[in-house]
Amino acid sequence: MKYLLLVCVDESIEVSPEQADPEPWVEETERRGVRIDGHRLCAADDATTVRGGLVTQGPFAETKEQIAGFDIIDCADLDEAIEIASKHPVASFGAIEVRPFWPE
Amino acid sequence: MSDADVTRVVEEAFREEWGRVVATLIRLTGDWDLAEECAQDAFAQALARWPRDGVPRRPGAWLTTAARNRALDRFRRGATEEARLRALASAPADPDPEPAEEDHVPDDRLRLMFTCCHPALPLEAQVALTLRTLAGLTTAEIAAAFIVPEATMAQRLVRAKRKIRNAGIPYRVPPAHLLAERTAGVLGVLYVLFTEGYSASGGPSPARPELAAEAIRLARVLAGLMPDEPEALGLLALMLLQDSRRAARFDAAGDIVTLEFQDRAKWDHDEIEEGLRLLDDALARRRSGPYQVQAAIAACHATALDPDDTDWPQIAGLYARLARLAPSPVVELNRAVAVAMADGPLAGLRLVDTLRADGRLAGHHLLAATRADLLRRLGRTAEAAQSYEEALALAPTDAERRYLTRRLAETNGT
Repeated sequence: MKYLLLVCVDESIEVSPEQADPEPWVEETERRGVRIDGHRLCAADDATTVRGGLVTQGPFAETKEQIAGFDIIDCADLDEAIEIASKHPVASFGAIEVRPFWPE
Repeated sequence: MSDADVTRVVEEAFREEWGRVVATLIRLTGDWDLAEECAQDAFAQALARWPRDGVPRRPGAWLTTAARNRALDRFRRGATEEARLRALASAPADPDPEPAEEDHVPDDRLRLMFTCCHPALPLEAQVALTLRTLAGLTTAEIAAAFIVPEATMAQRLVRAKRKIRNAGIPYRVPPAHLLAERTAGVLGVLYVLFTEGYSASGGPSPARPELAAEAIRLARVLAGLMPDEPEALGLLALMLLQDSRRAARFDAAGDIVTLEFQDRAKWDHDEIEEGLRLLDDALARRRSGPYQVQAAIAACHATALDPDDTDWPQIAGLYARLARLAPSPVVELNRAVAVAMADGPLAGLRLVDTLRADGRLAGHHLLAATRADLLRRLGRTAEAAQSYEEALALAPTDAERRYLTRRLAETNGT
């Protein structure tokens, strides 16, 4: 099953680069063959929202936690997806939403 | 056997076997709705055929086979892919028809329990799904038990089943590294079910004994399926020890009778015996947990000959232990009550006031009611009356409101 991991952080929280370093996690998930794709994103300030033909600056939702990156994984079931997400470094200071792909 | 007898046997089989049949059919078909429909159909067939053919030697195996055949029919008529059909046709719904080997029939109910109580589902959906699939309550019955419209409950169940499918919640007993955490979730759902039956959170009736009985039935199944899990035994013991007071908790008018004034002859001594035995079994495994500690507290009450015989220092100590194992403001409140009984109302009031200051129990009638009782015992009647009024405004059931009104009148009268 495929899942999108939405990696969310409160941008005002300061974390050390080592604490937030996703590289070991990326290596591990690729070695296991579960990570299909993913990337870190620019800050929410750099986002542009298009809604009903109107263009506004900033992210679509004014929340404290903003999407900082995403990963697409393919694994057996939700328990495995949870296990993978919980090992992501951001899971210790931010939040990771595990969203299943729409069934084909 | 008369038709009435057969109906009774089928009803009994329904209570005993429904969960097992549904659990097996979910494993075989992967389709929760189909599993329920086929189980229902199997029981309808039993009602039609058992009066004519006699009750089978193993009703559960008969029902599972009938349900599986029904699923096969449905799959053959539908456009089910060949592979799935072959898997279902060859899967042993009941791999061994010989009664001597009955113990080897796989019991899928444990998978079903863990899946229903998966932490990715909202708690209220976990409770509803457990009642529907394992206990066989209808959507209307579950809706009535939780005082929500039937359509709301139906939607809750539909959403939960959709999430299980879409999110890929696995149908299995979790592996060892997840087992402890997930078992706590299952125990929690069964306890929510029991407490909702034991003291209703709203509505006209102060308790729903049928819901508590269902919770006990499910806890018994769980304890049977996890014989080495002391907390499962502890939970069953706790439920039995609390439930043993059922007949004494309300008077003829439906008013609450507090523990102190209950007629102990009305307690169910068989339930107490069984609860104590289960608790001993659990404690012998030397792996403590919050349900065992709560059962030990219930056992202190159950074995006291009269209120004055209650070992309050022991109970206060057990609450302190519970507060470390499973910290919660409600546990702190109960500890305060026990401390008040062991060391006097002033010691209890100090703990209650600490709790009151931290605000976590704001809006909880029991905090105000407990404070009122302690103030009354200290002779501070004006403050006591004020606290009773505060509790009265927050109390969720009619029986509790009547109890508090009575106490308020007594306080004002003295």
